[in-house]
Amino acid sequence: MSGKLEDESKLYDSPPYILEIEDLWVKAGDNLILQGLDLHVGVGKLHVIFGPNGSGKSTLLGTIMGLPQFQVIKGDIRFKGKSILELSTDERAKLGIGLAFQRPPLIKGVRLRTLLATLNGSDSAIEELAEELGLKSHLDRELNDGFSGGEIKRSEILQLMVQRPELVLLDEPESGVDLENITLLARFIGQLLERDKHIVERKRSGIIITHTGHILNYLNADIAHVMMEGKILCHGSPMDVLRQIKAKGYKECVECLLAEQSREEAA
Amino acid sequence: MADKISEEELKRLERVGYDSSGKLPRAGSFLITDNQIVETEKKEKDVEILPLKKALEVYPWVEELMFRAVPKDRDEYTKTAAENPPIGYFIRALPGAKVKAPVQACFFLKTTRFSQVVHNIVVAEPGSELHIITGCISAFYVKEGKHISITEYYVRKGALLTYSMVHDWSYEVEVFPRSGAEVEEEGIFVSNYVALTPARKVQSYPVAKVRRDGFSGFYSIVYAHPDTHFDLGAATLLEEPGARGEIISRVVSNGGEVISRGHILGAASKTSGHMECSGLLLGEKGYIHAIPELKGATRDTELSHEAAVGRIAPEEISYLMARGLDEESARALIIRGFLDIKIKDLPEELQKSIDEMIEKATSGGAI
Repeated sequence: MSGKLEDESKLYDSPPYILEIEDLWVKAGDNLILQGLDLHVGVGKLHVIFGPNGSGKSTLLGTIMGLPQFQVIKGDIRFKGKSILELSTDERAKLGIGLAFQRPPLIKGVRLRTLLATLNGSDSAIEELAEELGLKSHLDRELNDGFSGGEIKRSEILQLMVQRPELVLLDEPESGVDLENITLLARFIGQLLERDKHIVERKRSGIIITHTGHILNYLNADIAHVMMEGKILCHGSPMDVLRQIKAKGYKECVECLLAEQSREEAA
Repeated sequence: MADKISEEELKRLERVGYDSSGKLPRAGSFLITDNQIVETEKKEKDVEILPLKKALEVYPWVEELMFRAVPKDRDEYTKTAAENPPIGYFIRALPGAKVKAPVQACFFLKTTRFSQVVHNIVVAEPGSELHIITGCISAFYVKEGKHISITEYYVRKGALLTYSMVHDWSYEVEVFPRSGAEVEEEGIFVSNYVALTPARKVQSYPVAKVRRDGFSGFYSIVYAHPDTHFDLGAATLLEEPGARGEIISRVVSNGGEVISRGHILGAASKTSGHMECSGLLLGEKGYIHAIPELKGATRDTELSHEAAVGRIAPEEISYLMARGLDEESARALIIRGFLDIKIKDLPEELQKSIDEMIEKATSGGAI
């Protein structure tokens, strides 16, 4: 991998790119987390990033969103061709980037309905979506207060459905969620990403990060990447990569995939 | 409507929920400007609204209620009030009357450097329901002034009284409300206090005595601007078995000083009390000093409190910003939420007007 000039993920996805990340180095506090990460996501594509805990997956999504705890020290992030590094979190959201948080904060006194209404959701649309996601009785509850694991994830998806981002970032959408909820969540994530539309018409793109990969049993992704120690190390078809990880664990999986890739390149 | 008050002034009174258009449901009205009673109007037959002086003439028993819930010699302000002629209201719900629409009252301070001294008595007779909204406001040009008030609440057996007070003073006004409540068997007393605009100094510490199976709840929402000083609190004395009490305050300091006191005494079996003092600090200056006190004087009482003072968590702001809200809107939404206490037994109309006031204060540049 050393000495490469171009991001290999370009080989796996094609322009036009909604997101281009080049040689991204990111610190959180005193810790260097991302160490020269490259990623290109094409319009209408869904990428999945696998990686063990602590590999920097959440940092990557938080950095794309512009969360203040992450400092970019080198590299660039371009959204629809323009660098967004200088933009604040809300400006990025307004441009069309949305993040489903893994562990959203509890906000006392702010009701889910109030937030959705602030995001320009009409009353009827809010009621309808909440009903479909089984969150009708949560609309008048305080944000994330006493929500179960599954309810938190569904509430995040509900907020994104009102927000309608073009690039959807999903941080461990299936963690702490039971089987029944995963099916439901996957269906709505699919809807959010227009997975039912033909690729030519599909405008919405996404990145899902996961360390178990369960969600892939219910949702088709286009490209998978494996991330370790702050870098994306290899790429492949989601099911292949997941199979390798399941069989061999992350470390061996990466070694094996890399070997396979170099064999293919040699051939 | 008396001609002593201008259209412009009436408009100002709307800020504290005093409706002169007649459009909002009200069981009656009482208005004082400086020390003049401008309006006494009742709209429902089961409620009585009289100037206190008149009530003392009509009902000799009212004399016994004078300075019973608030001792005359409590401090210099109660003494001042006792020395002055009784100007204020007497509001009473007749036995069994369910008066759903609130009675509105307003104390309007019109003259700079005026010392307004009032004395009010409220009686909810057995089995009745009564809601009172009282607004205290100064004219926008009033630079200095003082408001001293005595308010005594008598909640008879099985009655429900909610009393909501909204303060909207000016920077140089000093305010000393002194109030006390007697809550008889199975009675419910709910007191709401809302202060979102500046006042130089406000000092208030109502005391409720609660008898068998009665309930008292004090709820306050305060926003302290720079150079203001609030010393607020409430005491609840659970004196008989089954009595319950709640004291909940939400305080935001944007540079102002706030002492938030609370005291619950559990002195009889099966009593229970809960207190919450939450404070949010926005400014560099100012402080919030929460002083929650619980005193259990019998084994069979359950008392608890939660107190928390801090700033807005940065991750709450960035979470809302990730949804597309700019930083200022995210802050305002969090502050609005923080101040939003849904109070039980409050008529919907009243909750709405309190919500609107919070909305106005948090979005209109005041915050």
